[in-house]
Amino acid sequence: MAVLEVKNLGISFGGLRAVDGFNVSIEKGQLYGLIGPNGAGKTTIFNMLTGVYKPTDGTIFLDGVNITGRKTTEINKAGVARTFQNIRLFQELSVLDNVKVGLHNGHAYSTITGILRLPKYRRSERRMDARALELLKVFDLDGEAELLASNLPYGKQRKLEIARALATDPKLLLLDEPAAGMNPNETQELMKTIRFVRDNFDMTILLIEHDMKLVSGICEKLTVLNFGQVLAQGDTAAVLNDPEVIKAYLGE
Amino acid sequence: MKKTTRDHLITFGLVVVVYLIVQLLIATGNMSSLMQGLLVPMCTYSIVAIGLNLCVGYLGELSIGHAGFMCVGAFSGAVVSKLLSETVTNGILLFVIALAVGTLMAALCGFLIGIPVLRLRGDYLAIVTLAFGEIIKNIINVLYIGKDSQGFHFSLSNPIEIEEEGLWLINGAKGIAKITHLSSFTIGVVLILISLFVVYNLVNSRSGRAIMAIRDNRISAESVGINITKYKLMAFTISAAIAGAGGVLYAHNLSTVTATPANFGYNMSIMILVFVVLGGIGSFRGSIIAAVLLTLLPELLRGLSDYRMLIYSIVLIAMMLFNWSPRMKDFRAAHSLKGRFGKKTAKEAE
Ligand SMILES: Nc1ncnc2c1ncn2[C@@H]1O[C@H](COP(=O)(O)OP(=O)(O)OP(=O)(O)O)[C@@H](O)[C@H]1O
Ligand SMILES: [Mg+2]
Repeated sequence: MAVLEVKNLGISFGGLRAVDGFNVSIEKGQLYGLIGPNGAGKTTIFNMLTGVYKPTDGTIFLDGVNITGRKTTEINKAGVARTFQNIRLFQELSVLDNVKVGLHNGHAYSTITGILRLPKYRRSERRMDARALELLKVFDLDGEAELLASNLPYGKQRKLEIARALATDPKLLLLDEPAAGMNPNETQELMKTIRFVRDNFDMTILLIEHDMKLVSGICEKLTVLNFGQVLAQGDTAAVLNDPEVIKAYLGE
Repeated sequence: MKKTTRDHLITFGLVVVVYLIVQLLIATGNMSSLMQGLLVPMCTYSIVAIGLNLCVGYLGELSIGHAGFMCVGAFSGAVVSKLLSETVTNGILLFVIALAVGTLMAALCGFLIGIPVLRLRGDYLAIVTLAFGEIIKNIINVLYIGKDSQGFHFSLSNPIEIEEEGLWLINGAKGIAKITHLSSFTIGVVLILISLFVVYNLVNSRSGRAIMAIRDNRISAESVGINITKYKLMAFTISAAIAGAGGVLYAHNLSTVTATPANFGYNMSIMILVFVVLGGIGSFRGSIIAAVLLTLLPELLRGLSDYRMLIYSIVLIAMMLFNWSPRMKDFRAAHSLKGRFGKKTAKEAE
C-alpha cells in the first residue's frame, strides 16, 4: 500500500485556483520529487498535506488513513513531518533544543515531573539529549549543538530543519526546497544526506526543488506542476525528457 | 555543571545572600523601620514580576492585567485566613492554606481568562488583559460576603445586612478588614525561591521548550506536533498563579486590603511590567533586581524631594539603555567572561 495517496486535491483562494485535480501515489521508501515553475502551487500542496490549508476538494490518505482536513498537530502525530521554504526555526532556542522540541511527543513526561525534576525527568531528558545528538550527527551539526539556531549559517539552518522534522519520527518527510541558498558543494553533500536518511531511517520522502542536478540525481519519480495542474508524472528520466515539460519548465 | 544550572544557582545564591545581609542589618539595628516596611512589598513585586516574565518572556505575550490575578490571590487568600483564623492557630500553617487557595483561585482565573484572551495576538491581547484586570478589580469592589449564625451571605452590588456578631469577609469597597498579619520577610524570600524553582524548572523542561517553541514560531511548533492551545494556556495559568501567590503575600502584610486602582489597577500591572522590561525580558534574576531597586529608589531619594522623580526617571532610562541598546549588548558580550571564550551560546540569551 502507498504511504501517501492523494486524490483529486484542489484549493481555491478567492477566485484563484491555486491547485486543481492533483493526484499522487508514493510508495514506501520512495524518493519523490515535485517540481514546477514559481507559483505553480508546490508549497500550497505541502500546506494542504500538513493541514496548514484546508483543501477545497480531494482526499489525502496516509498509510490508508484519511487525514484530509485534520489539524497540523494531528497530522504530524499521524506521521507527516516537513521543512519550510522560508526557514522557520525556533530562533531563540539552541540547535539541540530545536531537535528536542521535535522529540516532544516521542519522549513524554508530565509538566509536574519536569517542575519537580523527578527521576523520570532526568531519564527522559538524557534519552532525548542522546537521540537529538544522534540526529544532529547525521547532518554534521553535533558540533554546534549549543549554538543558538539563529546563529547558524543558512545552509546549516536548512539541515537543522530536516533534523527537527525527523525527530518527530514521521512516516513521510516533506522537504520544501532543501537546497535553496546552498552552494554546489553543500548541495552535493545534502544529496548524500537525503539518500542516507531514506536508507537508514526507512523514510519516504517527497521534496520540492528547483535545483535540477539534485532532482535528477536523487529522485526516482517526479511530478511536474504548472499553474496548479499536473503537467507530467512518472519516472524521473522519462519526465525530464518530456517535450511538454521542457517547454513549460526547463526552457529552450 | 551545565551553564543553566550554574546560572540558576547564582540567582538562588544572590537571593539568599541579600536575605542574610538584611537580617544582619535588622539584628544590628541598622535598618530604619521605613525600610523594613518595604521588605515584604519588594518580595511581592519580585514574585509577581517573576510570574509576568514567564508570560512576557517565554510565552511571548504581553499582559497588562497581572494586577488582576494578584488581586484574586490577595482577596481569596485573605478570606480563607480570616475564616480559619480561629480554627488554625499556627500562623505558618494558616498562611500556607491561604497561599494554596489564593494561588489556585488565581490559576483558575488565569485559565478561564486565558481561553478567550490567548486567541488574540500582540496589542489586542495586551488590551484585553488590561480590561480583564480592571474587571476583576471592579467586581471585587462590589462584592459583599458575610457570615453569621444563618450561614454565608453573598451579594454583588447590593450591600447586605448581617447579624451584629456576624463576620464580614469582604465588605464591598471597604474590602477585607482586620487581616491577620501573617506575612514576613522570611516568608516572602521563601516564596521568591519557590517561584524561581518553579519557573526555572519549567522553562528547562519539555513543556518549557514547547512554550518557547510556540513563542518563536507557532507554525513550525504545530508542524512538529505541539499542542498550541494546551501550552499557551499552561504558561498563562502558571504565570497567573504566581502573581496570585504574590497577592496572598501582599494581603497578609496589611491589616485592611481594598481593591483600589493603586493596589490592583493597571498602574500596578504596568509597574510590574516595567520591572520585567527593565530587568530584561526572559531574565528572572533581572526581574527581581529591578523590582527591588525600583521599589527602594523612591524611598532612598525621599530627602531630595523635588529631584526625586527626576532621578527616578533618569535611572529608568539608564537601566533601559544598559539592558537594551545594541551597543551596550555588544559591550557586555565583549567584556563578559562568556564573551571571551568563543561564540555566543544559547544560554546567554536567557
Ligand atoms: N494563502 C494564500 N492566499 C492567496 N493566495 C495564495 C496563498 N498561498 C498561495 N497562494 C497563491 O497560490 C499560488 C501558488 O503558490 P505556491 O507558494 O504554492 O507556489 P510554489 O509552487 O511553491 O512557488 P515557488 O517555487 O515560488 O515556491 C501562487 O499564485 C500564490 O500567490
Ligand atoms: Mg514554494
